[in-house]
Amino acid sequence: MKHLLDTRDLSLEDALNILDTADYMREVGTRTVKKLPALQGRTVVNLFFEDSTRTRLSFETAEKRLSADIINFAAKGSSVSKGESLKDTAQTLAAINADAVVVRHSASGAPQRLAEAGWIDVPILNAGDGTHAHPTQALLDAMTLRQFRESVTGIPTRGSTLEGMRVAIVGDILHSRVARSNMWLLHTLGAEVVFVAPPTLLPIGVEDWPCEVFYSFDEAMETDLDAVMLLRIQMERMNAAFFPSVEEYSRLWGLTPERFKTLDKSKQETAILHPGPMNRGLEISSIAADSQQSWVLRQVNNGVSVRMAALYLLMTGGSSADFQTH
Amino acid sequence: MSNTEQKARIILNEADINRALTRIAHEILEANKGSEDIILMGILRKGYPLAQRLAEKIAQADSSFSASQCLGQLDITMYRDDLLKIPGRSPEPTQLPAVGIDGKKIVLVDDVLYSGRTIRAALDALKDYGRPDIVRLAVLVDRGHRELPIRADFVGKNLPTSSDEKVKVYLGDTPNAEDRVEIMHAEKAGE
Repeated sequence: MKHLLDTRDLSLEDALNILDTADYMREVGTRTVKKLPALQGRTVVNLFFEDSTRTRLSFETAEKRLSADIINFAAKGSSVSKGESLKDTAQTLAAINADAVVVRHSASGAPQRLAEAGWIDVPILNAGDGTHAHPTQALLDAMTLRQFRESVTGIPTRGSTLEGMRVAIVGDILHSRVARSNMWLLHTLGAEVVFVAPPTLLPIGVEDWPCEVFYSFDEAMETDLDAVMLLRIQMERMNAAFFPSVEEYSRLWGLTPERFKTLDKSKQETAILHPGPMNRGLEISSIAADSQQSWVLRQVNNGVSVRMAALYLLMTGGSSADFQTH
Repeated sequence: MSNTEQKARIILNEADINRALTRIAHEILEANKGSEDIILMGILRKGYPLAQRLAEKIAQADSSFSASQCLGQLDITMYRDDLLKIPGRSPEPTQLPAVGIDGKKIVLVDDVLYSGRTIRAALDALKDYGRPDIVRLAVLVDRGHRELPIRADFVGKNLPTSSDEKVKVYLGDTPNAEDRVEIMHAEKAGE
């Protein structure tokens, strides 16, 4: 594994390795000295062409916990706004001897271009590109699901897949890189993935993906879900009329108080996940967001661990033959 | 690999290992003047089963010592000085005893003492968890060739080796195999 660009081509072995390493990293956050010397003296560049608060905060925390030196590069107010190309930016980073690049870009495929164009020869970590992929988010969701299952069944997280779990991803699948990355990863880990969305918010070709599709949230909820992941309605991407009104969306596809009450009627427990930031009262009601079943804050906590694991595995042990490139 | 396996010579058999551990257990008690504040920290992976056995032996000799409450395991992967070269390995959890390590008398336990780099990493790791009073080192085999100013306080066996030899410790890894320490010639020395 040279880069982390997408979860689609992540092997089961690599995925489990990242998750097991993340379990270890989680413990570091609970110590008084929250730091490991693993990446001492190495430089990580956070290259954010698109606004981000939580992902950047999470990556930065992870980098600091591993003792890396950090350079933050936000497109706003930088040479990019003067018209610098991705190529020139990449070559600049190569010239200052960066050891890894974390990149977020509004264009799908930008991280892959960065990884494959030969402008810079360091590990590239995709922190979200367009509507394509957000691999660390999917990994942190998988980590959370493993913990949820451990809390219910007692199966230890280490080395375990998500075999037999049924996870619904609800909302704007069309624009969501989180949904796509989760689908591929959860599928690799053996979970069943259910997409729930209005037909207007489903991408063309969804029928060829390893998932079930429901147009009705209520119908999906009758199928014994282990977890429900609500996606944020991304107002900034709502350039066409995908649904009649916010109120109607909330009523039909939101985790309303009424739906939240029926969630646990089936005998098994159901975890509630949300990649954040939450639109309370829109896709998720406050009562659901603040409930015992909500794993939202655990997701944030796990985000740091997963990113530490990815950085550690990509930036150390370059000579390993059994851990090959995508 | 198979032709080097054939040249393997057993240095310590199961009974030898058992005797060495019994002696080390008593030496630890002697050096510490009793079992007060002793914490055994096994360095993963092979050090941990050794630390477990030592803890049981100390508990047998001194009834005030609790084998389960004074035992921990330490993963030093993140503190290695060759992280850039070795293959990315998923670390195992470090587990400290519930009482913590502040003000305690730590005995680090490992199977083979060679370059000393593992122990340096272990010392670095320990300091991130707390400030023990004393840190001592117990190893089953000291094979020499130190690259750092580190020595063991308790040694099962001093084993003069050449650096192209390999020392391998088996501790209940495979169900039917006896515990043993082997030495073998190898093109490239490992442990």
